[in-house]
Amino acid sequence: MCLAIPAKIVEKDGEKGIVNLGGVKKEIMFTFTPEAEIGDWVIMHTGFALNIISEEDANETLKLFEEMAMLEDD
Amino acid sequence: MIDLSKYRDPKIIKRIVEDLQHWDKPLKIMEVCGSHTMAIGHWGIRKMLPKNISLISGPGCPVCVTPSSLIDELINLKNVTIATFGDVLRVPGKDETLEHARARGLDVRIVYSPLEALEIAKDKETIFVGIGFETTIPGIAQTILMAKQQKLHNFSVLPAFKLVPPALEALLSEEEIKLDGFLLPGHVSVIIGAEAYMLLPEKYGIGGVVSGFEPLDILTAIKIITEQVKNNKPAIVNEYNRVVNFVGNKNAQNVIDKVLKTEDALWRGIGWIPDSGLGIRKEFEEFDASKKYNITLTDETGNTGCRCTDVLKGKIIPPECPLFEKVCNPANPIGPCMVSSEGSCAAYYKYER
Repeated sequence: MCLAIPAKIVEKDGEKGIVNLGGVKKEIMFTFTPEAEIGDWVIMHTGFALNIISEEDANETLKLFEEMAMLEDD
Repeated sequence: MIDLSKYRDPKIIKRIVEDLQHWDKPLKIMEVCGSHTMAIGHWGIRKMLPKNISLISGPGCPVCVTPSSLIDELINLKNVTIATFGDVLRVPGKDETLEHARARGLDVRIVYSPLEALEIAKDKETIFVGIGFETTIPGIAQTILMAKQQKLHNFSVLPAFKLVPPALEALLSEEEIKLDGFLLPGHVSVIIGAEAYMLLPEKYGIGGVVSGFEPLDILTAIKIITEQVKNNKPAIVNEYNRVVNFVGNKNAQNVIDKVLKTEDALWRGIGWIPDSGLGIRKEFEEFDASKKYNITLTDETGNTGCRCTDVLKGKIIPPECPLFEKVCNPANPIGPCMVSSEGSCAAYYKYER
């Protein structure tokens, strides 16, 4: 039930907007992410954008994977 | 956009999995969230781990922890449209499900967003079934705010909201369950932040990792927990920082705080947990279906032989329930853990048989 999915913002007019969800356009509310801009990716749940997805942090996580794979268990 | 293939990189998966094979002590990790249970099944994570590392499912399916008396109360309502997320439709009440009641003529509508319920309420007296954890709660709270702004007196919400951190604390105070770490829910944490779990290492000496839902997210989280146990340094780590930050979403927290207030909540099979739920504040009372229709929930789980409550607490895994697969399956679910696609029993039925 707590499934939330990434969606790209294609229109934004104040608190409301439209996202592209794998080719399907859906209405969304930016009540909790007023700073979101067209082109941003957000994590969407029950018609609301819960947060903006950070590409920078995503790359950091990829580095963490590499580090974890390097850690030898002794 | 984020390239998901990097979160599924077979080379790195192989290295972490091989490394985990060297782990030689028993290790019990609870995945709190139903979406993690599904992801673990989907990616076959359990089969990648050595036998001494066990992943057990926790109470993280909102439909599963809702008392079945809620269904009976809804079915007894007259002249009202019930709007609900689809998961709730097939949860058995004492005698029947909302789906059966709908076949008899009860007006039950499946909605994707609480905002759709607001639209229905423009024509009909509508009650929205407020089931959900922190992920779902802000959207419902915002919908109540909008109902007030629009003076939509036809609209109300039946609050059955649940909070994750108090439930984890309640679990840890039960002596039978010995855990070594938590896989903490990704999307609940978007709202409450990783800081909401600091009590786990500080008070209970147990760590956890807020994790995403890709195979490398989950395997890395497990690896981090093994490191914490090995070094005896329990801590809260945020692996899912592309979506979750330390303090959570303050805008969402503010909306929750404006409309809802903390109160004790009844968890199916677990009982009352102090301060583990949210009720509607007095200023928004007219939108509170529990007041409007005088609804109180009781913990009547009946005597079907279903051991969903032990599954929710991580005491048994689904195949240990005598009903599992034999009389209880997704087409004919006896308990809520088999109903919701994110319930542990449904996930085990689909992926782990």
